[in-house]
Amino acid sequence: MPAQSEDELLSQGLKMSDAIPVEQILESWPGSAQNLIPALQKIQSEHHYLSEPALRAVSRYFHLPLPQVFHVATFYNCFSLEPRGRHEVRVCLGTACHVRGGQRILDKALRELGLSESGTTSDYEFSVEPVRCLGCCALAPVVRVDQRTYGHLQQSRVPRLLKPYRSRAEVAA
Amino acid sequence: MRASSTLIATLSDLRRAAARGRKTLLPKQPKILVGMATCGLATGAEEVFAALREEVERLALPYTVAATGCIGWCCQEPLVDVQWPGKPRVTYGRMDARKARELVRGLDKGELKAEWAIGLLSAYDNPLTGARTRLARKTAGVDGVPRYQDVPLFRHQVRWAMRNSGIIDPRSLDEYIARGGYFAARQTLAAMQPAEVIEQVTLSGLRGRGGAGFPTGKKWEVMRRQAATPKYIICNGDEGDPGAYMNRTLLESDPHAVLEGMIIGAYAMGAAEGILYIREEYPLAVTRMREAIAQAEAAGLLGDNIFGSGFNCHLRVVEGAGAFVCGEETALIASVEGRVGEPRQRPPFPAQRGLWGKPTCINNVETWADVPLIVMRGGDWYAQLGTPSSKGTKTFCLVGAVKNSALVEVPIGITLRRVVEEIGGGVPDGRKFKAIQTGGPSGGCIPESLLDLEVDYESLTRAGAIMGSGGMIVMDDSNCMVDIAKYFLGFLQDESCGKCFSCREGLQRMHEIVARISEGNGREEDLELLEDLAWMVRETSLCGLGQTAPNPVLTTLRYFRDEYLAHVREKRCPAKVCKQLITYRIEPTLCDGCDACVHVCSSEAILGEKKHAHSIDNAKCIKCGACVEVCVPKAVVVE
Repeated sequence: MPAQSEDELLSQGLKMSDAIPVEQILESWPGSAQNLIPALQKIQSEHHYLSEPALRAVSRYFHLPLPQVFHVATFYNCFSLEPRGRHEVRVCLGTACHVRGGQRILDKALRELGLSESGTTSDYEFSVEPVRCLGCCALAPVVRVDQRTYGHLQQSRVPRLLKPYRSRAEVAA
Repeated sequence: MRASSTLIATLSDLRRAAARGRKTLLPKQPKILVGMATCGLATGAEEVFAALREEVERLALPYTVAATGCIGWCCQEPLVDVQWPGKPRVTYGRMDARKARELVRGLDKGELKAEWAIGLLSAYDNPLTGARTRLARKTAGVDGVPRYQDVPLFRHQVRWAMRNSGIIDPRSLDEYIARGGYFAARQTLAAMQPAEVIEQVTLSGLRGRGGAGFPTGKKWEVMRRQAATPKYIICNGDEGDPGAYMNRTLLESDPHAVLEGMIIGAYAMGAAEGILYIREEYPLAVTRMREAIAQAEAAGLLGDNIFGSGFNCHLRVVEGAGAFVCGEETALIASVEGRVGEPRQRPPFPAQRGLWGKPTCINNVETWADVPLIVMRGGDWYAQLGTPSSKGTKTFCLVGAVKNSALVEVPIGITLRRVVEEIGGGVPDGRKFKAIQTGGPSGGCIPESLLDLEVDYESLTRAGAIMGSGGMIVMDDSNCMVDIAKYFLGFLQDESCGKCFSCREGLQRMHEIVARISEGNGREEDLELLEDLAWMVRETSLCGLGQTAPNPVLTTLRYFRDEYLAHVREKRCPAKVCKQLITYRIEPTLCDGCDACVHVCSSEAILGEKKHAHSIDNAKCIKCGACVEVCVPKAVVVE
């Protein structure tokens, strides 16, 4: 992904105007270490990634060394240090999905959005990532887009599945 | 949310709540239930629910439309049940909004729509009270619709942990109480000593349902003896095994059963605070548990002075952050404390030094949900089912190559063959059974020759697999065992926390070797090298992840060595899965030139004109298999 400054990202409207500022998120938690992960999760879900300034603010707020915050932020799968797209496409690669062609669904979704590997589209509309089991194994293969789960997929259904999110994104733009 | 705002502090309060619950559970008017756990929602249950409600309102019918949890027939989602007073409850499968509206119009005219019905239920049991709810006379039936007791999928099931799933609305505290809920907690707090509770749990033979199978009573006894305070209890809902969703379903379908088990456990062990650690990939389970905690707090069933006993218990939900290793108890504790999920050396065990250095008891979701049953019916009663060393029931997710993909609960000791062939209905599409994978990445693949194995902790371990938390993935002859081994190694090398060198590096090397074999570049000595590495990783890793990580490779090598050898010697993938060893071809005599494959091929590899036989340009083909999916005459062959 090309390196971009915060300003450039802002100008692309990535940081949605209704996102709660990092400082405000932090104020809702007491500053003890047990709240570090919940606070990072909230920032991730509001801002779609953990920026360097955000990590620094978290470090100051919790009185934890920056490397320790960085360690946590890079250990868990739900965090991303790079901006994720407005819509998160999570393709399940649990065992049941794997044996029913989950990898092919992932490859198809990537091709459909012009990505060569898991990651985010250049317009920051979509992120496509594999996920190890969404727990809907009887419906394999399964994809989750944002909060909505789709089951019994075939490659040919992937374009139709992504379409409504595309048009919504275009309308918003 | 139908939150009960009234305080429940006495037995008569409980009875009043139960009476309220019975009114909505078994109303005098017809009731339509929609299975709205994640599986249902993923297949459109929300639209079905809205359509039912709209149609009922439009026709001004006196029916209630209610949400329920998992009805248990996962492959038939979305599921709708109709409960007509005096008649058997009818289950309808694969519903959609149009069928839902038609169903309501039909009911209004007295039509049953038998053609969509998949099962009739004339009665269901409540293991908590021993009572049977009779909905209709036994003989009542409908032509062509099987009765639940005759459906193989349900005939062998014993739903103890899942006693309320698909029956109650998971958001209704009153309905939970109407099914006998919180009476065990009340009895515990009012009339039992902590030691008596633990005695019953020990007597029941209950073992940890998370997979390791440690005796629950023993763990609780160690906890009770600890002098240090405060003590903590934790519900492990970090169900990270790919191919398993028992815990998610239980949390979504019957949240109060888990809370009640935890209240009883907290009392028995002298804890006053607890955490439910639930993975963030399960947003609905998190929501349901938070709602249930708020309801229980509002009713005084959680908080201070529960049932006027002076006993306090506070529970809260902590969301996981996406790390498989956090299912390991010391890693889970580290994660709750705000650190990276790296396991540590045991002893000291968490029961001695756990969360914040204090005694901590971690049990699986299902273990907690079993506790109220044991207290209510007694340890002896619980131990009536099972094998000499493993008692009670266990939930399993039966998925993959079986006709009936479903969440099932069976007595421990049932044979794998009965699970696969009778409950699961066998392998569909005329394919041949190859293996059943149990225990996720820590488990193994069990071949046909061992299908008569009784499912319990010891027998599965002897076969090289483990019981695990309950994932069972059936594989047929279209699944490649080398590919499965590669899949699990890929998963485990991603999820290894990296603390132990042997697990971090060993799994990577094993993955490279298996990948090489799957690409046709393997050597015969690779198989021995794999076994050596597997032994090293198992013997020198700190936690369960590393110690069991080689199981998928070892079991596939043990039972399916010929498949490895076919890849190595003949450069051939017998199941036609490994991409580097297969090619796609169109059989000209079968191809009708419909062009469907041309439209889906994203690499323009399909040549030929419409209405003439096509062919594939292998130089361009990326082997995505999209053409196979759409080819009606099945002219695309994989070789």
